[in-house]
Amino acid sequence: MNTTFYVTAAVGILSTLFVITSLNAVHALLFFIVSLLATSLIFYILGAPFAAMLVIIINAGAIMVLFVFAIMILNLGPHMTEYEKPSFQPRQWVFPVFLALILIGEFVFTFFQHSPGVGVREIVDAKRVGIALFGPYVLGVEMASLLLLAGLLGAYHLGPYAINPREAKK
Amino acid sequence: MVSIPLEAGLLLAAVLFVIGLVGILIRRNILFILLSIEILLNASGLAFIVAGYHWNQPDGQVMFFFILTMAAAEVAVGLALALLMFHEFKTLNIDQLTRMQG
Repeated sequence: MNTTFYVTAAVGILSTLFVITSLNAVHALLFFIVSLLATSLIFYILGAPFAAMLVIIINAGAIMVLFVFAIMILNLGPHMTEYEKPSFQPRQWVFPVFLALILIGEFVFTFFQHSPGVGVREIVDAKRVGIALFGPYVLGVEMASLLLLAGLLGAYHLGPYAINPREAKK
Repeated sequence: MVSIPLEAGLLLAAVLFVIGLVGILIRRNILFILLSIEILLNASGLAFIVAGYHWNQPDGQVMFFFILTMAAAEVAVGLALALLMFHEFKTLNIDQLTRMQG
C-alpha cells in the first residue's frame, strides 16, 4: 500500500510539473486532469472515497469543462485550426496516457486488495462526512451555498461584457 | 500492513503547493495563472485530507468540500474575467494590465 502511495505521488508531482511548463493550454489541461486523477487515487488510498469521487466529478469534470469552454471561446478563427493540427499527432498525448495508465493499474491493484482501499486505518466514508456536514458544519454549508450564488451572479454579470462589450453597454 | 506516515502526505502537499506557486510566478498567461491557483487549492485540500486520515476524523473531508466549493466559484468568475480581458485588450498577457480604470 505504501508503494502505491509513493508511485501515485510521483505521477502527481510529474504531471503537475508538466502543467506549469507546457506552452499549449490544452496540453496543460490534459496534464492537470492526470494530476487530479492522481490526487483522487491518493484520497482513495487515504480512506476518503467521498472526497476522491468529488475530485473526479467537480474538479476533473466541471471545472475542466469550464476551462475547455474558455479556451474554445478564446481561440476563435481559422488560423487556430492550423495551429491546433500538431495536437492530433499521437506523440502529443502519449505521455499523459502513459501516466494515466499507471494510475489505472494502481487503481485496479488497490481495488482488488484485501481491505478496500486503505491501509490499517478505518475508512472515513460518505455517511460520516454527511453527518459532520449537516451536524456541526451546517452553517458552513449555508455559507458555501451563498458563495456559489455569488460566483454565479458574478459570472452572469461579467458574461455579456465578455462576449460582446458594445452590445452590453447599450 | 503499515500505514502511510503523516510526513509523506504533508510533504507531497507541500511539493504540489510549491509547484503551483512557481507556476503563478513564472507564467504570464492568465489561463495558466488560474490553473496554478487550482493547483494551490488542490494541494491545500490534500493537506486537510492527510490530516483527517491521520486523526481518523471526517473534518478534513468537510474542509476539502468547502475548498472545492470555493475553487468552483473562483474559477467561474476568473474565467469570465479572462474572457473580458481578452475582449478588451486582445491579449491574455497579465503584464498588459498595468492600471485599472473604473
